[in-house]
Amino acid sequence: MEIPYTYKARPDTGLYNAKVGIWLFLASEIMLFGALFSAYILLRVTAPAGFWPDLALAWPRGLLNIPIGTFNTAVLITSSVTVVLAWASLKMNNFARFRVYMVMTVVCALAFLGIKSFEYNDKFSHYVVRLKDGKSLTGHIEVDGRHPRFWNFDDQWSVAKLTEKKIEKIKVEVDPPRDINGHVKKHEGHGSDAHPAQEVAVSDIESMGSYTPATHPFFAVYFLITALHGLHVLVGALVLAYFAFPGAKMWKSNPEQFINRIEVGGLFWHFVDLVWIFLFPVVYLL
Amino acid sequence: MQTTASHAHTSATDSAHGHAHHEPGFFGKYIFSTDHKMIGIQYGVSALLFLLFGFFLILAMRYQLAKPGTAIPLVGPLLEKILGKDMAAGGVMGGDLYNSFGAMHGTIMVFLAIVPVLFGAFGNYVTPLQIGAPDMVFPRLNMASFHCYFLGGVVMFASFFTPGGAARSGWTSYSPLASVTDLVNRFDGQTYWLIGMVLLITSSLLGSVNFIATIIQLRCRGMSWMRMPFFVWAQFVTGFLLLLAFPPLEAAGLMQLMDNLFGSSFFLPQGLVVDGKELGVSGGGSPLLWQHLFWFLGHPEVYVLILPAIGIVAEVISNNIRKPLWGYRSMVYSVMSIGFLSFIVWAHHMYLTGMGTKVATFFQTTTMMISIPSVIILTALFISLWGGSIRFNSASLFALSFLPMFGIGGLTGLPLGFNASDIFLHDSYYVIGHFHYVVAPGTMFAVFAGVYFWFPKITGRHMNELLGKLHWAGSIFFMNCVFAPMFIQGFKGMSRRMSDGGTTYFGGDVAMGGDPGVLKLNNMILWSAIGLGISQIPFIINFFSSIFSGKRVASDNPWQATTLDWATPTPPPHGNFVGEPVAYRGPYEYSVPGAKSDFSPQSEKP
Repeated sequence: MEIPYTYKARPDTGLYNAKVGIWLFLASEIMLFGALFSAYILLRVTAPAGFWPDLALAWPRGLLNIPIGTFNTAVLITSSVTVVLAWASLKMNNFARFRVYMVMTVVCALAFLGIKSFEYNDKFSHYVVRLKDGKSLTGHIEVDGRHPRFWNFDDQWSVAKLTEKKIEKIKVEVDPPRDINGHVKKHEGHGSDAHPAQEVAVSDIESMGSYTPATHPFFAVYFLITALHGLHVLVGALVLAYFAFPGAKMWKSNPEQFINRIEVGGLFWHFVDLVWIFLFPVVYLL
Repeated sequence: MQTTASHAHTSATDSAHGHAHHEPGFFGKYIFSTDHKMIGIQYGVSALLFLLFGFFLILAMRYQLAKPGTAIPLVGPLLEKILGKDMAAGGVMGGDLYNSFGAMHGTIMVFLAIVPVLFGAFGNYVTPLQIGAPDMVFPRLNMASFHCYFLGGVVMFASFFTPGGAARSGWTSYSPLASVTDLVNRFDGQTYWLIGMVLLITSSLLGSVNFIATIIQLRCRGMSWMRMPFFVWAQFVTGFLLLLAFPPLEAAGLMQLMDNLFGSSFFLPQGLVVDGKELGVSGGGSPLLWQHLFWFLGHPEVYVLILPAIGIVAEVISNNIRKPLWGYRSMVYSVMSIGFLSFIVWAHHMYLTGMGTKVATFFQTTTMMISIPSVIILTALFISLWGGSIRFNSASLFALSFLPMFGIGGLTGLPLGFNASDIFLHDSYYVIGHFHYVVAPGTMFAVFAGVYFWFPKITGRHMNELLGKLHWAGSIFFMNCVFAPMFIQGFKGMSRRMSDGGTTYFGGDVAMGGDPGVLKLNNMILWSAIGLGISQIPFIINFFSSIFSGKRVASDNPWQATTLDWATPTPPPHGNFVGEPVAYRGPYEYSVPGAKSDFSPQSEKP
């Protein structure tokens, strides 16, 4: 038994099966990411006064590294171009060039994920330290010569643990002060020393925690959407890598179907890029 | 028709063997099958078992409601032994257990029983046959879809045995309740529920992509859109509902999972106090957001539960009245309108959340609009009956009783759609009565009609008519005895969430607002529910005995039907058809004047 139109287009619809399938799948994906973006909008516009943006900390603007984000955007857009060139190379019957472009696409994907994990790591070791006098400090911390990650926000565990270990002071590399738009206040700049280290007595700390989803709904949204997007990048990269190497055997046996596969994979890849094109301005710039 | 019958055991099996390189073994045939018919049967059997399980959950709950504080006979001690003293001390259902059974009854019935049996089982088995396709367009995805569903079911079932028990915040899992019911066990029943839901959503995603693509791509020669049986149209629209409405719930599920496991505050507001202590979370989330995302799925889901059922009923009715469906085209356009409108009515579940009167007015308007195509479909089916020579067999009895039952369910929904009357009726037993009339005697009857109708095609044997009629009579009588009293209880103001069956409010002095009559209805409902359970015994006996010893079908088309599913050998082999199927005419050409018999199959050359 053979299923019709697996790679030949059906005359009246003009489409082969997988193309219908991938468009339907992408429609569903749009609803998934659409719901997450809507959640972001609703959470932000209905946030209590002074909470988002947080007036005291000038949150969440300026928390993410815009130059790195811009670079990552460029990396993904490049990969979108190369995946099309890979498909076009096959159409022009040039398998060697296809493989080069496909490898470039996968390398871009991996570069994107590497840069993203660098950003993640930076956030996990970035802290907000709330002091007993009501003030808050933000910055990377140093405890006992180490830079700890993932200490929960309101949980007293971390502070209690420090007292228990008889650690009296921690060092906070305080972030430069920012205005409500997230811009570093220039006139208060400290010249070359943009991160003045400040010693804080543990006994003065009310609570502290790193930048994780528990810290603020902004981080919850940021980590959820970017992680889900990252998962799509990872799966997409795996599939494209499969097409470039073990799956490329099909080029010999059924070139038409192989080109279709690249097209369908490319459609998915463009979608993943498109999500990022929305994601970048929404979480980095707004 | 007779020619296909003679082909059945010769050329069909030959061609099937010709293409298959080897006979698949047990695992290949029953567990890792990619044949849409086997997958349909897998879905059907699993879903019917879950249906029975969901029924037992509610039976235990109804006992608690009718006789609060007394040990449940037979199963009570068993519950205590399995689930522990916290849940069922001395065999008496505790409040937590009641809540978890309630939440799981809803979840299991909707996501593990009704949708899989309508979409997974009937959809899988019948849709490709009716459009003349050899299989689904992506057979392996189809298999993966069933496996995800099954795994989701296992996760849901396993959650009963976790510390703290299964999810107990209602099938709607409203936050913040769902995130704070169990602060001791982080990985609690709710977390299982969310993981189970993600699996079920994946399953429905794979299924819906497959269905829509199959209907678009694999219609056989001559099967133009307006020659498709109404059942296929219903499945097509349902596919779109599942495809587009489920992802927002998946998003919401991921967010709630983050709230439960990583302490985020998507749905938790600032300053939330639980058990007199402030919850140590950042806050800033929105409980309303969960409800919006949930009901964005939840309402289209209602139509997922009913559209395929209407599709089955349309097939069974047109076949058994020997007449074309009246207004086939208006039914098709109506089902498309329902599909579209169902995406913009969701907030009528949320009139009491304080989302604002302007928003409520919008959703009230769209809700009234969606009743129009629903009424068109039902009216078309009723008018179809006019002047028909109706055959009363088990299938058609169930299909015919669907019409008034669904009518009651639909009409009782109107007062809930108006926000003024909903303020009084919201969260009362009236709501329970309303949607159960749609889904229990409505959809369930369609499911039974479908089982009796397609059983001969699937097994090559008829089900027993006497047992079938017994099943029907008991079911329709007891269904009404179970659900009609709920309207009265609802009007009296009985809340749907009380584990003592309303004793707290209605148990006292009549002068103080007590109402023993309302409480007595709980007894009536309990005994009717038991009666309903007993009425299913003939069905279960019939189902299994007929597989082995039912009357053999005389031909491939025992009901003398017109659609292509009956133009296949019995049971259809791998690849379904003998030779290329072609649709020469519309789907319901019964009693065409001048035709040689009272039915003209689609596959018959003009």
